[in-house]
Amino acid sequence: MLCGMKKISIWLLATLLIVAGCGGNDNAEEYGSVLKRALPTEPESLDAHKARSIQAADVLRDLGEGLVTHSPGGELIPGTASSWEISEDGLTYTFSLRPEARWSNGDPVTAQDFVTGMERLVDPATAAFYAEFLSDIAEVGALDDHTLVIKLARPTPYLLSLLTHPAAYPMHAPSLAEHGDSFARPGNLVSNGAYVLNAWIPGSIIVLRRNEHYWNNAATAIDEVQHHIIVQETAELARYRAGEIHITSVVPPENFAQVRDEMGDQLRVAPYLGIYYYGYNLTKPPFKDNPKLRQALSMAIDRELIVERVTGRGEAPAYSWVRPGMSNYEPPQLSYAALTQDERNQIARRLYVEAGYSEDNPLDVEIRYNTSDTHQRVALAIQSMWQEVLGFEATLINEEFQVLLANMREQEVTQVFRSSWIGDYDDAHDFLKNLQTGNPMNMPGYSSEQYDSLMTRAALQVDPERRRLYLEEAERVMLADHPTIPIYFYVSKHLIHPDIEGWGDNVLDYHYSQHLSFKAAE
Amino acid sequence: MLRYTLLRLAGAIPTLLLVIALAFLMVHAAPGGPFSNERAASPEVLENLEKHYRLDEPLPQQFVHYLGNVIRGDFGPSYRYVDYTVSELIAIGFPLSLQLGALAMMLALLVGVSAGTAAALRQDSLLDRALMSFAMTGISIPVFVVAPVLVLLLSVKLQWLPAGWSGSNGAAKFILPVVTLALPQIAYVARLTRASVIDVLSRDFVRTARAQGLATKTLVRVHVLRPAMLPVLSYLGPAIAAILTGSVVVEEVFGIPGLGQFFVRGALNRDYTLVLGIVILYASLVIAMNLLVDILYGVLDPRVRQR
Repeated sequence: MLCGMKKISIWLLATLLIVAGCGGNDNAEEYGSVLKRALPTEPESLDAHKARSIQAADVLRDLGEGLVTHSPGGELIPGTASSWEISEDGLTYTFSLRPEARWSNGDPVTAQDFVTGMERLVDPATAAFYAEFLSDIAEVGALDDHTLVIKLARPTPYLLSLLTHPAAYPMHAPSLAEHGDSFARPGNLVSNGAYVLNAWIPGSIIVLRRNEHYWNNAATAIDEVQHHIIVQETAELARYRAGEIHITSVVPPENFAQVRDEMGDQLRVAPYLGIYYYGYNLTKPPFKDNPKLRQALSMAIDRELIVERVTGRGEAPAYSWVRPGMSNYEPPQLSYAALTQDERNQIARRLYVEAGYSEDNPLDVEIRYNTSDTHQRVALAIQSMWQEVLGFEATLINEEFQVLLANMREQEVTQVFRSSWIGDYDDAHDFLKNLQTGNPMNMPGYSSEQYDSLMTRAALQVDPERRRLYLEEAERVMLADHPTIPIYFYVSKHLIHPDIEGWGDNVLDYHYSQHLSFKAAE
Repeated sequence: MLRYTLLRLAGAIPTLLLVIALAFLMVHAAPGGPFSNERAASPEVLENLEKHYRLDEPLPQQFVHYLGNVIRGDFGPSYRYVDYTVSELIAIGFPLSLQLGALAMMLALLVGVSAGTAAALRQDSLLDRALMSFAMTGISIPVFVVAPVLVLLLSVKLQWLPAGWSGSNGAAKFILPVVTLALPQIAYVARLTRASVIDVLSRDFVRTARAQGLATKTLVRVHVLRPAMLPVLSYLGPAIAAILTGSVVVEEVFGIPGLGQFFVRGALNRDYTLVLGIVILYASLVIAMNLLVDILYGVLDPRVRQR
């Protein structure tokens, strides 16, 4: 009679056996001092040429080292190259490599390794995302094991900044030859930075260990670095508060005020090299050939109110395209930056009417943004500002990120869309290039002969001062055309465990683990 | 019985093929692609990437190629986690999701059936009302609310249990995810069991057994529980599928590298091969579970067997 129950019990037992058989994939024992960092997105790859996200680069900066690298404060300092000379025309760079530089397996790091890396980066077969990152370089060659010569096609004052990027790291040719495309996996990856890859469980954690062969290993304090992949901002905060991670990648907007009040001493907020903006689709009505309407909409947005009330994490209102504070650049401001919001609103109303709209004939426009709390709140704020100042009600359309990206690129259905740009290097060119005709990041479809020609002229200048003037003039011309609505400049925000030392705020938001240490126990 | 099983198995193959074809069409129809990124690559780079992954070929050709690989057991490389193949990612995620799901299911059955039976035996008592209102709460509060609340209470405030997966070793890290996953199922199983036991208790054969002087304990164990389990059993198939697919939120909150998380990330990143691989796995699993439940039904209820 118990037959049925017995079957169920057997079934349950079988499940239990499966469970027991599966076993956990527990991490190996930690070793030495362990730094636990949060990573909000999984790297695509730890092959520096296949990686494309900011987060992949964050991990790669712990693993590798370029010719030039950064100090904790973000200044350029010698990396694998101990020094360099620049020719008078600014076109030839000669780097002297540290003879003591070693790969994690003990092999010396040679000039040829850098040549191999750059050649693989630009090889179409690699299909590297950053393939054109070094397109200003005409020729690269190894004079001997420790001397590398880079010849430029045109003056590139930001070359040293570019060379800090993981895409420009050297390549360990023997491991590429041995493992092919899987050379970057745990167990295979040979790296030349302060750390070496120990384990990677996708969706969970990346573990790095001290590279004993690193030339500056004596200066590395932390033995093991764990990059915990935590996608949800609130989960990240919970794990920080539970003492499971030392550094967060962000602070969730809804918890920011509370965090500032309760853990203000652990909170680090600093200017960040990125802009949050709305773009217009310039290829279609109503914004095509309608600069007055574009300016009216831009002026009616109260940026101060947005950064104070909506985002509220210390962001700076944006009146230029290039983030202020970049090297050798003073961004021009939007013409109305000095006016009060009331004055702006008055002019905006006039321009709106001049553009052919009125209360009886209101503008019918859609704002597209990708799914996110912050984006939604900003869009709602802007919708109500336009309603209040200009009297039309924009339609809000919330799209999945990939859908929004596809729509922005197609330029068919978009009218106003949310976007952003996070800089890769400290030079105004990094922002300005995105609005040149044909640039793949040129989402509005902006095309101005005057802008393009000023950008080209700037690119040919050897003299940094004259180059700067051309770039600033280009931005001035572009701002007057209103292809975008700059809204605010980002800030980076992290929670840092009080025991951690060596943290430096910088606009790039780069924080190499090798610079960090734990306070000595008292 | 064997014939019945074989027939059901043969019927599953066209279903699976249809699922693969539909999923293939749907992932490719979604706007964007695996290599569309906020930082745009140049057209040449995109062309190279698409060529490398055969995404430049016509869709039917890609489908035939993909199906051929799947039949050989090759799910292809992941487009997003380029250092990994889909099979490797499934090998990481599936055992974990299975482990979590099985533990949650067992907890749900154990607690749910006991609570449901207890409530049914004392129908309309205080215990019954308390258990059932608890069950109602369990069903109505979504996982994405329960999980953070449990974390806040047990990990952040009391610091008894780890809040995340990756930081700690040992069994403790299973507790919160399993409980979170099991809660709605416990509630559901309890309500199902209660209704079913009450139904069986009112049948004639129970009255006869009582009249013959059988003790309640034996009566319930021997005569009532077995027929009362039938609705619970038929709920198991969908429940297991729901736990496996519904673990997404739990996996994300606790940072567990399970299949649910890979599935959602895969869909958002347009990682075609990863999404398809997981769909195929889940579809096979759901089909297998339903088959298993049908067979178990036959074991428990002779009338099904004879049909």
